[in-house]
Amino acid sequence: MKKSKTIQYNLGNNHLTKIISGSKVSSITSESLPDAILKYDDENFWVDPAYVKEICLLLKNNKNLEFSFLNSITAIDHIENFEVLYHLTSLKNNSKTTMRVICPNGRKNPEIQSVVSVWKAADLQEREIWDLMGIKFTGHPNLKRILLWEGFDGHPLRKDYIG
Amino acid sequence: MAGIRTEPVTVNLGPQHPSTHGVFRLRVTFDGEEIIDSEPIFGYLHRGTEKLAESRNYVQIVTLTDRLDYVSSMSNNLAYVSAVEKLSDIQVPERAQYIRVISAELQRIASHLMATGFLLNDLGALATPLTYCFRERERILDLFEMLCGARVTLSYMRPGGIFQDAPEEFWSSLNTLISDFPHYLDELESLITSNEIVLSRTLGVGKLTDKQAIDSGVSGPNLRASSVKWDLRKAAPYEIYDRVKVDVPIGVNGDVFDRYYVRALEMRESIKIISQCIDQIEDGPIRTETPYFIRPPKGEIYSAIEAPKGELGFYLISDGSIAPYRCKVRAPSYLNLTPLSDMLKGWKMGDLIIILGSIDFVLGEVDR
Repeated sequence: MKKSKTIQYNLGNNHLTKIISGSKVSSITSESLPDAILKYDDENFWVDPAYVKEICLLLKNNKNLEFSFLNSITAIDHIENFEVLYHLTSLKNNSKTTMRVICPNGRKNPEIQSVVSVWKAADLQEREIWDLMGIKFTGHPNLKRILLWEGFDGHPLRKDYIG
Repeated sequence: MAGIRTEPVTVNLGPQHPSTHGVFRLRVTFDGEEIIDSEPIFGYLHRGTEKLAESRNYVQIVTLTDRLDYVSSMSNNLAYVSAVEKLSDIQVPERAQYIRVISAELQRIASHLMATGFLLNDLGALATPLTYCFRERERILDLFEMLCGARVTLSYMRPGGIFQDAPEEFWSSLNTLISDFPHYLDELESLITSNEIVLSRTLGVGKLTDKQAIDSGVSGPNLRASSVKWDLRKAAPYEIYDRVKVDVPIGVNGDVFDRYYVRALEMRESIKIISQCIDQIEDGPIRTETPYFIRPPKGEIYSAIEAPKGELGFYLISDGSIAPYRCKVRAPSYLNLTPLSDMLKGWKMGDLIIILGSIDFVLGEVDR
């Protein structure tokens, strides 16, 4: 069997995943995208919806961050608006962070940029969010219902959905 | 054969097909025998687990998690209860943590045995190797029956510990199992690992490169088979995994064979982890007293464990009431299917079946 190069990631007993604080991410991204991060705390940072894709590209490709692994995308119904969360992990640095975007337009036609072109892992998850929560991802190559059937009325995970 | 006009043919695989491991449909477009495009179609088993969780209290949701990945309930229970414990800051007694790790590792072996058995079934070795795998899985299910009376939908864990202590006969049966199991694995591997037919069908088939795997959010044995050394048991040890020695086997090529072989090696590692746990476990309480209705403080948590299929995460938001405001499941099987179309492209119908089998997905978790 052919031997190929093994990527050795930063591992070891008791080596817990570090949480990269929002302020650190903000200090790195502010050089090229000064207006992109609206606010931050110890574990999260909130991104301006207009900069989602650019920030994601930066988070993935920046040498200090390298968030190559998109754990999950979650959508939350906050009644007055919708929020989308991106849990990110850097396998190389063993670190994680949470990116948050508050969708513009309130409850009517919430819409944010798709990140499928940055991480392919977003593909099925964005379709799921569109299906169950009704948030439109602009730029998604194949945005259609995934768990429910086409023609289903409403988006069941919304708090005002009556089944 | 230049000059002959060919036309692509679209074929539906499933939803009722024995090799799709559940109700899963794949729309495949062939050019001759070669796959040129494929589109997975899910949702036949969608039960709205995330919505149901919003109207149940924190202990009741444990029963919903059983039905996610229905061949590894213990791991689902563990992922969920550890998220609740972190959210409401509940301490877990040490004995309970050891028993949880033992049962989660037993569940990993049971799940990998099923994956291996069904992969061989898909390869055309009809029923015989599967029966060998199920024979050993049966012994693990017997152990679970001793722990909690159930065999598949276990609901053994509770926020704060486990539902009851392991009985005396559990430990003697567990000792017999872990002393027998390496011999059984030798037997299984002598049937498969160097089998000429298996090798010629699996080596180099359905390759997934490390870059593709990371980019597509693949986790668990499938990611490790693509030679990425990433295991949450080591990267972010939960429960008592920081006290046991865990080796992380990885593959070389990321093909079907590697995905099988990583699982075979992981079963051996699980046996080692269980025997270390048996050496370390001491008597003590098994459950922290929690209120009948747990009301976690306002807040949110994302907590993930290394389930048999990959990273199983729960994202919970509490608004201070008895039910979560939002309960999101990061299902590994769902994300492991993301690169499916890329993996299938260029292979033939027979390879499609084993590539699907090697991903080892469970539709209960995909559709939720």
